[in-house]
Amino acid sequence: MELLEKNEKLQDKASGSFEAKIERDDAIEPRDNMPEGYRKHLIRQMSQHAHSEVIGMQPEGNWITRAPSLRAKQILLAKIQDEGGHGLYLYSAAETLGISRDEMIAQLHSGKAKYSNIFNYPALTWADIGAIGWLVDGAAIVNQVSLQRTSYGPYSRAMVRICKEESFHQRQGYEIMAKMMSGTAAQREMAQDAMNRWWWPSLMMFGPHESESPRSGDAFKWKIKRSTNDELRQKFIDKTVQQAEVIGLKVPDDQLRWNEEKKSYDHGPINWDEFHSVINGNGPCNKQRMAHHKKVHAEGAWVREAAEAYRLKEEKLN
Amino acid sequence: MDTQLGKWEVFMQAKPGANYIHAGAIHASDKKMALQNARDTYTRRGEGTSIWVVPTDAIVASNPDDNDMFFDPSNDKTYRLPTFYVMPEGAKAI
Repeated sequence: MELLEKNEKLQDKASGSFEAKIERDDAIEPRDNMPEGYRKHLIRQMSQHAHSEVIGMQPEGNWITRAPSLRAKQILLAKIQDEGGHGLYLYSAAETLGISRDEMIAQLHSGKAKYSNIFNYPALTWADIGAIGWLVDGAAIVNQVSLQRTSYGPYSRAMVRICKEESFHQRQGYEIMAKMMSGTAAQREMAQDAMNRWWWPSLMMFGPHESESPRSGDAFKWKIKRSTNDELRQKFIDKTVQQAEVIGLKVPDDQLRWNEEKKSYDHGPINWDEFHSVINGNGPCNKQRMAHHKKVHAEGAWVREAAEAYRLKEEKLN
Repeated sequence: MDTQLGKWEVFMQAKPGANYIHAGAIHASDKKMALQNARDTYTRRGEGTSIWVVPTDAIVASNPDDNDMFFDPSNDKTYRLPTFYVMPEGAKAI
């Protein structure tokens, strides 16, 4: 009889209401019943995540032809290809919710769907490539590690795959920074300048404080989100400050102090006005990023049309 | 009219002899492009030795709402499991 009960328990795991599954920490799969709000929340979050991976290829792509060595160029190409791949994992995971890739791209182009604010900042020097890998990917990793436990199965599985690949990204960035910090005075200055420009936008990547975060209630209730923006931001600061110190970079925050009581760093206030201004289209590169995506999408249309025409012709012949 | 090409599900075998496991999906216009896109998207680090691609609309899936009924027949047949049987004391390697 014990066996019978065990079998039934296994069965129960795959059935039951949406709420019961969430309560039990079971993954929600594409064909399961889910509230419309859950589906909408995920489509918004996952498509934004996918768009971020793809738009994120632009600031780095600018540096492929200017990479300082063949080694650096190969690494950068591989990293950018990974970002494209991550976008594809996420688009295909989002498609399981019943939205097509056409629709997602249309929403990006119309401005209905957003992408991470961080990619609206320019990559001005080679040190920026280091800072992007180390800080921007570093922040993304902290967020994505937490999302591995998100309640939607396809999203969670995509996150597991992405996290495996991201640590290469962060390490290659940190290596660039470390190399520059052990170089000439001009190189050290360049690295510190990149640090100064990327530090605060990286902290903003985690989003506003929870009290200012409009949809976080549902996200926690449905276990889409497992940690607060502030918790994740703190985790990122605590592990990154030491890495900066090891290579002699200064964190551009006069109020940064180790807090022995809470065993983590206190930091200065974040400029949320800048954050909202960039989100609303006033960042240094918003227009450029969007214009470039639209242009490349339109210019590639003939390739997709030709591929379809070729398929139709082959089908007729066979 | 724009097209994002057809959708294909990707299954990968991590090493010879292993089960094929669902990796995700890609878009492609035909079988050849589907295999190449699956390779580029899901095996950039030697994750697989073999790939299957299947048009997404060719996959038939069970409906979770029917789970109780659909999987019910296996529930009361515990004699299909090896632990159902009582082995004589002292018997080895069984």
